[in-house]
Amino acid sequence: MAYAGGVDVGSTQTKAVIINEDLQIVGRALVDTGSNVVVAAQTAFDIALRDGNIHEEEEGVEFVVGTGYGRYKVTFGDSQTTEISCHGRGAVHMFPGTRTVVDMGGQDTKAIKVTPSGEILDFVMNDKCAAGTGRFLGAAASALGVPLGELGPVALRSTRPTKISTTCTVFADGEILSLIGKGKKVEDVLLGVHHSVVSRALSLMRRVGIDKEVTFTGGVANNIGMVTVLNEELGFDCNVSSDSHFMGALGAALFAMDRIKAGRESHGLAEVK
Amino acid sequence: MSTTTSNLPQGAAATKDKSSIIGRGNKDGNQLFRDWYQELTTAPSRGEHSAYVFVMGSLAEVLQSFDIHTIFPEVNGLQTAVRHVADDYIAQGEDYGFSADVCAYVKADVGLQLRGGDHPMGKIPKPSMAVYTNACNTYLKWAEIWERMYNMPSVTIDIPGSRAAGRHTWSGHVDFENDLKYVRGQIGELITVCETVTGKKFDIDRLRETMHHTNVMMERYERLIELNKAKPAPYNAVTDGTVYLGVANGFRGRAEGAKYFTDLVEEMEYKVANGIGTTFEEKYRLVFVGVPCYPIFRRFNEMFTEWGGAFVGSSYMWFASGGANTGFQYDLDRPLDSLAEGLLVTTRDAMDTMFYSNRNIVDTIEPFGIDGVVYHPIKSCRTVSTGLADNRRAVIEESGAATLFVESDHMDKRVVSEAQLKNRIDAFFEGLATRRVRQSAGESR
Repeated sequence: MAYAGGVDVGSTQTKAVIINEDLQIVGRALVDTGSNVVVAAQTAFDIALRDGNIHEEEEGVEFVVGTGYGRYKVTFGDSQTTEISCHGRGAVHMFPGTRTVVDMGGQDTKAIKVTPSGEILDFVMNDKCAAGTGRFLGAAASALGVPLGELGPVALRSTRPTKISTTCTVFADGEILSLIGKGKKVEDVLLGVHHSVVSRALSLMRRVGIDKEVTFTGGVANNIGMVTVLNEELGFDCNVSSDSHFMGALGAALFAMDRIKAGRESHGLAEVK
Repeated sequence: MSTTTSNLPQGAAATKDKSSIIGRGNKDGNQLFRDWYQELTTAPSRGEHSAYVFVMGSLAEVLQSFDIHTIFPEVNGLQTAVRHVADDYIAQGEDYGFSADVCAYVKADVGLQLRGGDHPMGKIPKPSMAVYTNACNTYLKWAEIWERMYNMPSVTIDIPGSRAAGRHTWSGHVDFENDLKYVRGQIGELITVCETVTGKKFDIDRLRETMHHTNVMMERYERLIELNKAKPAPYNAVTDGTVYLGVANGFRGRAEGAKYFTDLVEEMEYKVANGIGTTFEEKYRLVFVGVPCYPIFRRFNEMFTEWGGAFVGSSYMWFASGGANTGFQYDLDRPLDSLAEGLLVTTRDAMDTMFYSNRNIVDTIEPFGIDGVVYHPIKSCRTVSTGLADNRRAVIEESGAATLFVESDHMDKRVVSEAQLKNRIDAFFEGLATRRVRQSAGESR
């Protein structure tokens, strides 16, 4: 049995996925990226191997693709592919009807238009600032003293979301605390924050065109509040996988498996460069 | 690398061995630039006058006929960015009071003036006058800064642009004739100011001479653009193109400029005839839209060439060429009327290639064999950048072209993020690669 690996080194967290020849995930890992990107990539990969009960000395991973901002720091990787291509590929693998992907990570939000085979037709990303990304939700959680994992459930208790006029991560503390100071409820402010972030994501999605099905990937897709608000704004339900956080790493692993199956002689994506 | 005669633009027939001329355009262009700045540096000691002008509608033919040097603040600005010292000049402009949102060319120029003209390429003389058109809305305020600093005359040439996208009128049409009279009158006013500033009488034969040089240059420049249809393309329209643009502006109306472009076309025709491209293997042919990223000029280009991406066309080579891209030819039998007509037509074209460039881009795709369109809006310049997102959408709808939209700046490295640029550029090429695989497999989009 051949295995392929994908390692997605993001700004906040590093994800690793191992897949088998049947393209099933057999091992996965999630670690904080921290300051040493090389170590984070290796650690995540090692944990994913253990998670899949794969012993390198007996049945090693034949090909590894690095992705994410730190893709060139995956020192054991065999090639690199951007997370844009990887999220598209992973999303279509999980949900074959996917035509639009919205990926929300720590500092990036991307809208990606894909073909039925997961190839990228078009994409747009947020500008250089982290407004409207996971980082803004993190800043709101910090300002309000709500654990990240509770953000969605707390927000969904609200019946009167507060209008949030900014998604600037730098000024999030001041904006949010001023609203609390005016007597707004925590859940109302939080739901307002969710609406605000979703509105930024929708703006990007409209630029590539919102074609059904829409698949929501990235760590922020674990937030039930974000999924709920996005579905409301879209007017239909988007696809969300329990492995949404690993979608980039999965896409990288799928590209790696392509290479294995092509006997590393492919003229596909990774060899073009 | 090889090419077939069927790929060759007309007239680029195989020539005898002249391989030593390869690279001459860049070498001579750089030398001309150094000479030009040296000439400017020493101009005041010879009692010669200088005019601050802009690339879109410089009126160099009139100014050269009075022996007035032309100085381009945009060129001065980009030179500081390429030499990695723009930050100091921009900071000085901001300390003087200009907001971070103001065009970095303006702020760098203010910094330059506050330093008494000290520039990495030489010493920029104080102006005796300024000439500007309405092709850029910042020109007007920029010239006002110089007026306050130097108490010198500035001449505004108000040039009517297109009244609607894709609707042009030409000689004989009532609108065109009215516009022509309006522009012709303003050229007369400019001549009066030149006479006052220099104390010289206007000499129409000198004007004919400068216009003749521009005619030669514009005819060659248009041919230069045409030659990049060849595969592989003989020059990079962004990096090499910037050198050519510098000469096209700095030496407009001069014999050196006419000779430079004559030699350059000879070099490029030789390269085309012999299937010689640039320094890397050309895999993808791209057209660039916007103003280059000068703070990381070489690296920006490398991010494309690493993937085999060659810039074979550039909207910058259109709108910043002073209309040379149109190949407009002045009628020397009626120089003043023809100068007005040329100014009207070429400045209108410059504005159109900023505001309505989607038409030009779509028209470029097939003849130049374009694989992708790279949009590079810049924070500094809303004039050039506003509308590029819509432009991109229009180009995609009409042509289905692959496009990339990356934003940075032409001067201010505070808003240039190399990692983010690279991520988007890599993803663009991954998309181009899959598109090519699909096309090879005969799939339609």
